[in-house]
Amino acid sequence: MKEDIYGIMAEFDTPTQLVDAANKVREAGYTKTDAFSPFPLHEIDEALGIKRSILPLLVFAGGITGLLSGIALQVFVHYIDYPLNVGGRPYLSWPSFVPPAYELTILLAGFTAVFGMLFLNGLPRPYHPVFNVPRFALATREKFFLVIEAADPKYDHDEVRAFMESLDPQEVFDVPE
Amino acid sequence: MAGGRRGGFAGAETFKCMADLKEIQERVYPPMVEGEHTFATVSDKIGDITLKKKTPYHWFIGFAISFMVAQLLLFAVTVLLARGIGVWGNNQPVGWAFDIINFVWWIGIGHAGTLISAILLLLNQKWRTSINRFAEAMTLFAVACAAMFPLLHTGRPWLAAYWLFPYPNTMGIWPQFRSPLIWDVFAVSTYASISLLFWYVGLIPDLATLRDRAKNKFFKFVYGILSWGWRGSARHWHRYEIAYLLLAGISTPLVLSVHSIVSFDFAVSQIPGWHATIFPPYFVAGAIFAGFAMVLILCIPLRVWYNMKDFITDTHLVYMAKIMLATGLIVVYGYAMEAFFGWYSASEYEWFMVKNRIWEGPYWWSYWLLILCNGLSIQLLWFKRFRESPFWLFLISVVVSVGMWLERFVIIVTSLNRDFLPSSWAMYSPTIFDWSMFIGTIGFFFTLIYLFVRFLPVISIFEVRTLLPEANVHGHQQDFDESVLEVEYTWEKTDPPNE
Repeated sequence: MKEDIYGIMAEFDTPTQLVDAANKVREAGYTKTDAFSPFPLHEIDEALGIKRSILPLLVFAGGITGLLSGIALQVFVHYIDYPLNVGGRPYLSWPSFVPPAYELTILLAGFTAVFGMLFLNGLPRPYHPVFNVPRFALATREKFFLVIEAADPKYDHDEVRAFMESLDPQEVFDVPE
Repeated sequence: MAGGRRGGFAGAETFKCMADLKEIQERVYPPMVEGEHTFATVSDKIGDITLKKKTPYHWFIGFAISFMVAQLLLFAVTVLLARGIGVWGNNQPVGWAFDIINFVWWIGIGHAGTLISAILLLLNQKWRTSINRFAEAMTLFAVACAAMFPLLHTGRPWLAAYWLFPYPNTMGIWPQFRSPLIWDVFAVSTYASISLLFWYVGLIPDLATLRDRAKNKFFKFVYGILSWGWRGSARHWHRYEIAYLLLAGISTPLVLSVHSIVSFDFAVSQIPGWHATIFPPYFVAGAIFAGFAMVLILCIPLRVWYNMKDFITDTHLVYMAKIMLATGLIVVYGYAMEAFFGWYSASEYEWFMVKNRIWEGPYWWSYWLLILCNGLSIQLLWFKRFRESPFWLFLISVVVSVGMWLERFVIIVTSLNRDFLPSSWAMYSPTIFDWSMFIGTIGFFFTLIYLFVRFLPVISIFEVRTLLPEANVHGHQQDFDESVLEVEYTWEKTDPPNE
């Protein structure tokens, strides 16, 4: 029975209850936890101890890559591969290379932001054990959920369940694997 | 109730002060969601437009008309591809005409969408929340319409790739990166890609909402695929918000650069009337001006037909009207400066162009129609009566859309039709194929808008949820509001205000 369980889930009515409960969960020493809400909650990051993502660094790297490849492309085309004399202007007329390089910077930074976010989030993932709880459909509508995973080192089914009940939730569920 | 404990005169003063504060707060930050709403009602109300079985009859009528008009595009493009761009009215010296007028007009309309989604997000303007979704959709569709014109102007777009995109082709040649036309390719394709990503990222949580609410198996499956398995995890939201904010951060310089680069198509050339340093800021302001007009044209009927007045409130309309007035005045300043510099340059050709454009030339009427549409009509927005009336706003927006189209007509045709050599002067008039293609893109645009309204959430559901007071955690805002209400109550009982 216990082996087939992904974790224990508690349902809450308001964001404040969720954040309060998440604080208690963190203080109790659980680390493999997650919260689910119908909109972003800034307070939950601190409550669950979520570390700041490395996404901004990736986006910066993406932007720099775009900039450098934009410059490299144009210098290669107009200075190295096919120098073309147009009205005696210099081959390395860098001011006119600015707009394409600028746009490529933005393009690659934007792609990194979106696909980096999806990659770090492990999406797309159409199936996930939390969807096995029928009430969980409300997580995208109005309700707030907290999960302690069975993979948590401190996990013990009965203990966690009792602990979850003590957080004053609407309901507590076992999440089948 | 800190004030209450102090008691006496000071206490009463505090009450009055806080009551005033509340009033000021309401005036400065009017509520962005009206009516009684909870997370559930917001989700249902917006989601039901898509999921409810019955599609309103006016949707079918509107869609049918738009789709019929879009057939003109099919007709125009078929003839164009079969017979070549000679079917258009373009001639010498007016080598650029409807194709570029309509390109700039459409791409300008798109700019308000990005302004609303990116710049207003960075400026923490909460009112953007209920209009950003369809404004972004408008951007995408407008860019799609815009892109058709330069592509088809190449005559054989399937062969155009080698001088538009740098790929190592068998002819061993490259695009000319010193040309503003290539800058345009990069700017517009980046703009289209980033707008699509921004829009789609915003849609993911809402698609998950639709997935979880859909009863129909097929829709559940489709929304399930499109939402990529979004489950609202706190760790996901954390990265999501970072990505969203970063996208806003990079879209802001992007949107400003796109129309600047579009204006370089003109400003980098040496044609009098085009070769002007004022073009980039003046084009960007014009784009936002035209874009907000289109947002108003779309959202005024939308909020009535779908009963969305709780989310797109009168306050939203007033704010948009004010932005339209502000950007419109910048545009009018641009017209004044164009004429002034034509005279001040002391260049014979510049001054001739101004005279030709404004009173001596054959197209003088287009200039004065432009001033009437863009300069005079918006002056009504100074008055509260017009700003607060959806009817007038709609009317002014339509007039402004026409005016912005005329602006591009004036800039392009009146600068070209009388060039340096009088022997090459010629009149320009569009053919039936020019008009079919232009009107066809309008039909195409509204067809896409109708499909979007039917199948996707028109208002960002998850962002509207954050506007509700119950979304605050230990909210200082909420606590403040409650204490103020309490104070007001006590105050009114003890010391009724003088009427």
